[in-house]
Amino acid sequence: MSYLADNNEGVQHLLLGNEAIARGALEAGVKVATGYPGTPSSEIMESLSKVAHGRNMYVEWSINEKLAMEVAAAGSFARLRSMCVMKQNGVNVGSDFLLHLALTGTREGMVIIACEDPGAHSSINEGEARMFAGMLEIPLLEPGDFQELKDMVKWAFDLSEEIRNLVMVRSVTRLSHGSGNVKFGKLPEIDTNVDAGFQCDGFILDPDKGAMISMPVNHFHGRLQEKLKKAREIFEDCLFNTYNGVEKPELLIITSSACNLYCKEAIALLGVEDRVGLLKLGTTWPLPPELIKKNLSRTDNIFIVEEVLPIMEGNIKVLAAEMAPEIGVKNFYGKNAGNLPTSGELNPDLVLDALKTILSVEYEDMPESYKKKAQAVALTGAPNRELTFCPGCPHRASFWSIHGALKLDGRKGFVCGDIGCYGLGVLPTGFSTIKALHAMGSGIGVASGFGKLRQFGMDQAVVAVCGDSTFFHAGINGLLNAVHHSSDVTFIVLDNGGTAMTGFQPHPGLTVNAMGDEVPGLDIAAICGSLGIRVEIGDPFDLKGTQETLTELIQDKKGVKVLILRKNCALSPERKNKKDYEMHIDEGICLGENCGCNRLCTRIFRCPGLVWDQERKTSRIDEAICAGCGVCVDICPAEAIKKKEAA
Amino acid sequence: MGNSPLPKEPYNIIITGVGGQGNVLLSKLLGNMLTRRGYIITIGETFGATQRGGSVMSHLRVSARSSWSPLIPKGRAHMVIALEPTEGIRVLANYGNPQVKILSNTRAIHPVGVIAGELQYPSIEEIRKSAHELASEVWFIDATDEALRLDNPVLGNTIMLGAFAGLNMLPLEKEDFREVILEMMPEDKLDINLKAYELGAEMLNRAVSGTA
Repeated sequence: MSYLADNNEGVQHLLLGNEAIARGALEAGVKVATGYPGTPSSEIMESLSKVAHGRNMYVEWSINEKLAMEVAAAGSFARLRSMCVMKQNGVNVGSDFLLHLALTGTREGMVIIACEDPGAHSSINEGEARMFAGMLEIPLLEPGDFQELKDMVKWAFDLSEEIRNLVMVRSVTRLSHGSGNVKFGKLPEIDTNVDAGFQCDGFILDPDKGAMISMPVNHFHGRLQEKLKKAREIFEDCLFNTYNGVEKPELLIITSSACNLYCKEAIALLGVEDRVGLLKLGTTWPLPPELIKKNLSRTDNIFIVEEVLPIMEGNIKVLAAEMAPEIGVKNFYGKNAGNLPTSGELNPDLVLDALKTILSVEYEDMPESYKKKAQAVALTGAPNRELTFCPGCPHRASFWSIHGALKLDGRKGFVCGDIGCYGLGVLPTGFSTIKALHAMGSGIGVASGFGKLRQFGMDQAVVAVCGDSTFFHAGINGLLNAVHHSSDVTFIVLDNGGTAMTGFQPHPGLTVNAMGDEVPGLDIAAICGSLGIRVEIGDPFDLKGTQETLTELIQDKKGVKVLILRKNCALSPERKNKKDYEMHIDEGICLGENCGCNRLCTRIFRCPGLVWDQERKTSRIDEAICAGCGVCVDICPAEAIKKKEAA
Repeated sequence: MGNSPLPKEPYNIIITGVGGQGNVLLSKLLGNMLTRRGYIITIGETFGATQRGGSVMSHLRVSARSSWSPLIPKGRAHMVIALEPTEGIRVLANYGNPQVKILSNTRAIHPVGVIAGELQYPSIEEIRKSAHELASEVWFIDATDEALRLDNPVLGNTIMLGAFAGLNMLPLEKEDFREVILEMMPEDKLDINLKAYELGAEMLNRAVSGTA
C-alpha cells in the first residue's frame, strides 16, 4: 500500500501481516532485500519492491532462495542492512549456504524471514524452518501478533548487529496472511550517500576487516557458540517475552507465534483467566533459562502450545530437567502427551478442547440440537468444492494434450511434476496426469532417473513438467543432468509468462526486475537449444498441434526432448478480464446426455465456465465465469460450442 | 474517534465465497472502513492454492478493546456474508449458532464436481430453506446479476458491502467507503464502486420489504 513508506510515526493502519513485516524492515533502514516468491511470504517483497527506488534500496527476486541469501549476505558484508525472504521450503534450498554463513558471521544486520505454512494451505509439505535455527546455531524470533511482526523485524536487525550474526524471524500463514492494526514507528532518513564496501584486507580472524571465510572451522564454530550465548543473555530481558495472568496460576501455558492468539481466545471463551497464566515467548531459540525458570516456578502444571512439531516443548523440557532440583518436577501437557496433534495447523478450537479437558471445565461450541440440524443441512446444502484450474487457464489445455498423447502412445506413460499451479495436474482438473509430485525442479530430476531405467526393462513413456519460474529456480539442473546422461525424457516447460501462482513476480525469463527496471531476459528456448537437444515451441490452446508434436516427441526415444508451451496465465495483467471470444452453446446442436460424447465437455474437461443446465439438459456457458479463451470449441465432437471474436 | 457500542464484543463476521469473487478485497474494504471509526480489527484469510476454484473465507473480528485470533472459533459467528450461496450454508453449518444472521448473494457458482455430474447443487429454494433453518435472520440479494448489468461481475462484492451497510448493524459510512476505495484503488474505479455500493443498500431495502 502506498502509505507503507510514509513517515507518519504513531499513526495506526490495518496491515496485512506481510506488510507489517515490510514496514518493520523499512523502519530498520534495510538497504538490500532479496527473496524468491512463495506463499505465504510474497507480499513482503512486493511491498518493498514498490518503494525501492524512493527509499534508495536494492530489491531483487533472485532465481532461487540460495541465491537470494547469497546476494543479501553480500549486502551485509558491504556494511548494508540486508534481508532475505522466503517460505519454509526456501530455507531448505538455501541451507547449504547458511551453514557456512553462520560460521563466517555477518557485518551490518542481516535478517532471514521464513514464512511457514502449518496445515499446508499453499504448500505440499508443512516442514519447519525452526529446526534450522537450532542446526545453524542462530537466534530465532517468533512474533506473536501483528504489531510484533513489525516491531520484532525491526529489532532483529539490531540483534544481528549486536551478535554479528544472522537472525531468523519466523511467521506463519495466519499472521502473514492475516491483518491487524499496526502502529507505525519512525522511518530513518533516506540515505543517498551510502558508503558501501567490503573490507577484507585485515587479519583473517578480524570480524570487521578480515576475509569472510569459515576456516579454521574450530575457531569459527566456537565463536558462533559465543554469539548464541550472547543472544540468550539478551533474551532474558527481552520485552517480546510477556506473561499475562495471576501470580500463581493453576496451569501455565507457554506459547509463541499465532498460537498466542488462539490461547488468548480459548482462555477468554472458557472464562478461566484466574486459573491460567499465559507466557508468550518471542525469542524461542535459544530459550532464556532464567526467564523460563521464573515462570516454570509459578505452578507444577505446564501446557505448551505451538505449531507444528513439539520443538519448543522439547527445549523447555530439557531446561526443566536441568532445573528440577530447584523448581521440582513438572507435569507437562502438549503434543507429546497427546493434548494437541503433531501434524496440521492449530486453531482456537483445538486449543480450547485441550484446555477444557486439562482443566475439567464445560464448554459447548453450539447447542446439541443446532449441531444436529447443521450436520444434516451441510450434508446436502453445500457440495464439496474441489480445486480446479481457473477458467481460461493454459494448464488445463496443456494437460488435456499431454493426457491425450500419453493415451495414444499406449505405454502407460506418466508425468513427473513439482510445485506451482500446474501441480493441480494430480487432480481431475488436470486429468490426474501427474503421478509424482515433489520439490521445485524435482519433476525433471525424478524423470531424469526414470528415463535411465530402460536397461531394467522399464518401457513407460516419461514426461516431466515445470513452470517458467521453476525452470530457472531448480529445473535447469535436472535438465542438465538428464541431457548429460542421455535420459529418455520429454520435458515440457509450461511457460505462462511469470511466477503466476504467487502473483506474477518477474523471473529471469522476463525483461523487467522486481523494482520495475529493464533487465536482460533469458530465453528458455535458446538455453535448451544450446544443449544440442530437440526443442519445440507450441501454443497450448492449439490442442491439435500440441497433441501431434507431443506424440512425436514421446515416441522419439532418444534422449531429452523439450516442448515449451507458451501462453500467459488467465489472471495475468495481459489477459485478466479480457475475453478473446464470446462463447455460446448452440442448443440445437448440443444433444446433452443423448449425444454419445458422454458429456465430454462438462464431465471430463471440467472448466468452471462451462456448466451443465439441469433443466434444459444441455451444456451452457456461465458468462460471469467464462474467460473467453475458446479452447472448449475443439473439445466438443458435435461442434455445438461456438465462439465469436470479442468486441 | 469515539466507538459506538458493538452488538457483540468482539463482533465476528465471516465473509465467504469462491476464489476470484473478490472475497479478500471485501474483507479489506470492510476492515479499513471500521478502522477509520476507531475499531480494532483482526482479519484471518485463507488464500493461495484455495483461490483456484476453492472455497474462500475471511474471518473478521471487530473489537473496541483488542485484537483477537485471526480464526473465529466454531459456532461463534454473528454475521455471515456469502458471495456464493452454498458457501454461506457451509459456513453456517460450522460457525453458526441460533442467533447468527446471514446476508447472501443468490448467484450460484457450480463446483467442478457438480459440473461433472458427480454432486448435486441444491436449488435456490432449498438453499433459502437451509439458511432459514440455521440463521435467525436471512437476506438474499441478486448481487452478481446486478453487477453483470454494470458490466463487471466482480462488483458483486461491493454491492454486498453496500447491502451489509444498509443493515445498520455496524457504523459503516459511505464517506468512509469513498476514502477507503481511493486509498486502495485507482481513482477511475471510484464512481462505479460508489454506484454499486448504493445499489447494494437499495437492493437490501427491497429484500427487507419483500419476501426474504
